[in-house]
Amino acid sequence: MNTGTTYRKLAIEVMPVTKAEDRKAVEVPLKMVAENLSFFYRQTQALRGINIQIKEKHITALIGPSGCGKSTFLRALNRMNDLIPGTRVEGRVYIDGQDIYAKSVDPILLRRKVGMIFQKSNPFPKSVYENVAYGVRINRYAQSKAELDEIVEKSLQDAALWDEVRDRLDSSALGLSGGQQQRLCIARSLAVKPDTLLMDEPASALDPISTAKIEELILDLKKRYTIIIVTHNMQQAARVSDCTAFFFMGELVEMDSTIKMFTNPSRKETEDYITGRFG
Amino acid sequence: MATSPGMPSRGKWANALIDNEMRRSRDVSGKIFRFLTGAACLVIVSMVALIIGNIFINGRHHLSWRFLTAAPEDGMTGGGIFPAIYGTVLLVILMTLAVVPVGVMVAIYLQEYSSHSSRLYKATRLAVSNLAGVPSIVFGLFGLGFFVKFLGGSIDRLFYGGNLVFGQPAILWAAMTLAVLTLPVVILTTEDTLRSIPNELREASMALGATKFQTIRHIVLPQAVSGILTGGILAVSRGAGEVAPILFTGAAYFLPELPTKLTSQFMELGYHVLVLSTQSPDVEATKPILYSTVFVLLALTFLLNFVAIIIRSQMRARLRTRG
Repeated sequence: MNTGTTYRKLAIEVMPVTKAEDRKAVEVPLKMVAENLSFFYRQTQALRGINIQIKEKHITALIGPSGCGKSTFLRALNRMNDLIPGTRVEGRVYIDGQDIYAKSVDPILLRRKVGMIFQKSNPFPKSVYENVAYGVRINRYAQSKAELDEIVEKSLQDAALWDEVRDRLDSSALGLSGGQQQRLCIARSLAVKPDTLLMDEPASALDPISTAKIEELILDLKKRYTIIIVTHNMQQAARVSDCTAFFFMGELVEMDSTIKMFTNPSRKETEDYITGRFG
Repeated sequence: MATSPGMPSRGKWANALIDNEMRRSRDVSGKIFRFLTGAACLVIVSMVALIIGNIFINGRHHLSWRFLTAAPEDGMTGGGIFPAIYGTVLLVILMTLAVVPVGVMVAIYLQEYSSHSSRLYKATRLAVSNLAGVPSIVFGLFGLGFFVKFLGGSIDRLFYGGNLVFGQPAILWAAMTLAVLTLPVVILTTEDTLRSIPNELREASMALGATKFQTIRHIVLPQAVSGILTGGILAVSRGAGEVAPILFTGAAYFLPELPTKLTSQFMELGYHVLVLSTQSPDVEATKPILYSTVFVLLALTFLLNFVAIIIRSQMRARLRTRG
């Protein structure tokens, strides 16, 4: 259909780099592997035997209609779901070869390594500085005030926010714009030195300009971090991601390089969803 | 009526929009209801105005610096009420020290730790709502039986060789009894506050590798301070006015000296009002003193409330701007 052509054209236009990278995809080491991962909220099964491989320092987009399990899957990767009573996990998730649901794994340490950005920007009602310093303080990463200052500044720079907030570090984070707040949340995550970032629709509440800034930032962060991003926005998935996984009714329908998924998906459901025929 | 050119003439359907009779009857019942609800508001406003006005008009003659700073004289027909003011303030402070930490901890457990289907959660819920419904005289008797006789008596037997030290009515036990009485207020307000703190903040903190305790300590509690203070305010204004719980647990009829130890007995404003109005040898002679005492009791409660409200609003403003 018409929409389909638009998306395909879009995907091709914005992803020449990805395409080149894709050819040497075989050499990329895996960061995460989920094996037969199922997830239950009390009686309801939200994930059905997910098998997925996430490449290191790549951006993986999770797409699918609301309630398809993509956010649940994302939250299973840093065990945020543990915080919800009445939930149960089956199967395995390996990060750097370690099963993160093994008894010996401390979920607190896991979350330091696997950071998370939420849909609604949720800065603490503290100053800009304190927001970034919080994770550093509780994890005792800084030995001195000078070191803490340095980490805060570096994190804000990495999140492309430093220039906008350098003169207002002591004012409330709630006074920042929505886009700035979201970048502050990213800076806050970066400050605890993760190597993976999980993003749950990080730009869905933002205007187009703020969204563009976030996307630019995500592409920049790819150099150092493995990123998994849940999005409802097909263009966004096409613009930023290297791989795309399509979830439907708690199952992983298809996963492939983004270029392939948006131009020539193997499954009919994927094509229908991407071209907007359902979902 | 002039119709503008091009306007279509009124069709049949338009008649359905106009029914003056129905409109009139609807308007009348609406107005009556509005009047009734407004009148109900007037009732409460006039009651408060009557109480305060009556007490102020009758009590103001006797108010003086001496009245506030002297002890009662001549069988309560003269002198002042300082020991009662002092006793009330001390009682309320001791009560707050006991009730706020315990109440806040209960609320934290209920809201932050327990699963809402656990037995302990359900039992605590039931206990809190039942505690709130117990008549205050029952607390008085409970205080006498549990705190004074059992707890105080045991302490005396264990540490004082059976001599009466803690095993008698005292300001400590009166404060403890009031603390039990006001516990539900603190628990419920703190719980409300904790519930109002967005879960996203807890998740954000946990996602940064914070422990549950760190999240509560650094994210949840700082946000809850003003709500906890509100609970404290409500407990204080509730506790300061209660007479029944302290009747048997520590309040004294007449004491010219101020309480100096936790085991001292004390005078209290509410109890003093009761004494003046029921136990006085000369009711007519104590009447002006009675009015003034009530006035002071009210003023003290309002003042405590006012101070706490100021602290609270400052705390809020500070949180908003700086954090």
